Amino acid sequence: MRIEGFLQGSASRRPDKVALVTAGERLNYGDLDTLSDRLAGALSSRGVERGDRIVLFMENCREAVVGIFAALKAGAVLCPVNASTKPDKLAYLLNHCRATALLTHGRLLPAAKAALAQAPSVALTVATGRAGDAAEALSFDAALAASAPRPNRAGIDLDLAMLIYTSGSTGRPKGVMMTHQNVAAAAASITSYLENTADDVILSALPISFDYGLYQVLMAAKVGATLVLEKSFAYPQLIFETMAAERVTGFPIVPMMAAMMLQQKELRRGAFPHLRYITSTAAALPPAHIARLQELFPQVKLYSMYGLAECKRCTFMPPDELRRRPSSVGIPIPNTEAFVIDANGERAAPGVVGELVVRGAHVMKGYWEDPEATSCVLRPGPHPWEKLLHTGDLFRADEDGYLYFVGRRDDIIKSRGEKVSPKEVENVLYALVGVREAAVVGVPDPILGMAIKAILVVAPDAGLEPEDVIRHCKQHLEDFMVPKFLEFRDELPKTESGKISRRRLVTALAEAAL
Amino acid sequence: MLSPDGEFMMRSETEREIRKFIEDSFVFREDRGGLSAEESLLDAGLIDSTGILELVAFLESAFGIAIADAEIVPDNLDSIQAITCYVQRKLATETRAA
Repeated sequence: MRIEGFLQGSASRRPDKVALVTAGERLNYGDLDTLSDRLAGALSSRGVERGDRIVLFMENCREAVVGIFAALKAGAVLCPVNASTKPDKLAYLLNHCRATALLTHGRLLPAAKAALAQAPSVALTVATGRAGDAAEALSFDAALAASAPRPNRAGIDLDLAMLIYTSGSTGRPKGVMMTHQNVAAAAASITSYLENTADDVILSALPISFDYGLYQVLMAAKVGATLVLEKSFAYPQLIFETMAAERVTGFPIVPMMAAMMLQQKELRRGAFPHLRYITSTAAALPPAHIARLQELFPQVKLYSMYGLAECKRCTFMPPDELRRRPSSVGIPIPNTEAFVIDANGERAAPGVVGELVVRGAHVMKGYWEDPEATSCVLRPGPHPWEKLLHTGDLFRADEDGYLYFVGRRDDIIKSRGEKVSPKEVENVLYALVGVREAAVVGVPDPILGMAIKAILVVAPDAGLEPEDVIRHCKQHLEDFMVPKFLEFRDELPKTESGKISRRRLVTALAEAAL
Repeated sequence: MLSPDGEFMMRSETEREIRKFIEDSFVFREDRGGLSAEESLLDAGLIDSTGILELVAFLESAFGIAIADAEIVPDNLDSIQAITCYVQRKLATETRAA
């Protein structure tokens, strides 16, 4: 089934059921279906064709959800991009996928325009609010009010549904290609182990530019549940009030949110009687936090999970087993396989650390227009028609087959549950006049998981202050990539070949912390 | 009791300190051209969850107040003006209680 079918199915079965709650406003399935039809018609009539890429540069809001389904209905490929992305990187992404259209907010138009000036493929911009000069952007309100002819054939489920850009060690993000079949397989597997039904009320404060957040929208539509979509977890108190008022049954989080929740002095045991499950992924959930969450919410099923953009989700821990194995990320999700291979590429024995490989219908088709990077991670599998995904993550299995994340093979840092490429941050630092050498590493942080630290050697006459460096980073990087710590040094440790050694820096920092 | 002039001066000073922290700590893209006292920090995309934590830590330390979980809401924190009023209320309450 194509993914917009999730919405169409739920709308035809229960058009009056509340699909979405945003900023206190309710939208039912029938209306969500109608609005996304109208926007799809507006996109198609303005030149969006089957297979075209549409970049969604938006925060969590009603129009973003409409935009997701509209893009799919128009037969386009959805490319969600973090709303804090700065113009240079947005231009890079628009050009990389040769996007035809951009969906964004009025507030983000200045940044979008700066990017669009360098991205000639984009023929159409749709913006919320006062879109300013009508020539520069079509307003969402106008597109949603008018009834445009429905686009014809959107495609089949073998076609691409989305490109999820993911950071890599090279410093340039790669576009994970997911077909409708891939997404449907992942959504079916996940909703089955979470036991989602139409009675669920899911509260998500995760950005829709993150596959974890995007799938909350898709999976809610699949089962006909209600999604309460929040912009951020900036005000936990308000989120808790909403959880109680809306009788939320499902709460997907990342470990940073758990850390913030547990810092609340006034959180009472059994505070959310309707809450059925909490899921956590994107970074390791500390066993101490697992224990405290279980104590605070004894009736709630806590799912500790692991995944990567290249297959959406890989493993989940059955809640009943969590107490016995709090540091495990569990077993492969239903209808998939995931196992550890040793240095010879053979299945590893229990306890042996090796790379985790994955097979299943959820595995990506490859990286957009990057056959070389694709061939590094998608390699022949057991069947001649099959590719096995090499995750690049080090794992071990125990005697009972439960999997444990050991570490990454590359230098990617997980901060706030987001991937940060040290090279990408270093490239931005080197663009600042006066920076001679730069190394970016992760340092443990009780809230963020890992915090980003930049260690710099600057030219003495450059007059660079820490504020200058941070301001420069904020102008070019997403929020979660901006270093929290900065250190100026006279020199950085090098490898034998003269390259800066991040490993030696990390080791030295860890030793100093002891 | 402070004279009306004294209160006005205290408020201005409080607002100045708060503005300085906000401007120093959070994004300042050159094209923004200064933040108005009433502008919503969240809507402007200037502050996120870690930003709120930093703001709360700063207010507690700079003004010697204790901020309860339930007080971490946009009504109290989402603009320079809201923060200033909130801090003033807290200081008045804590002075009376002392």
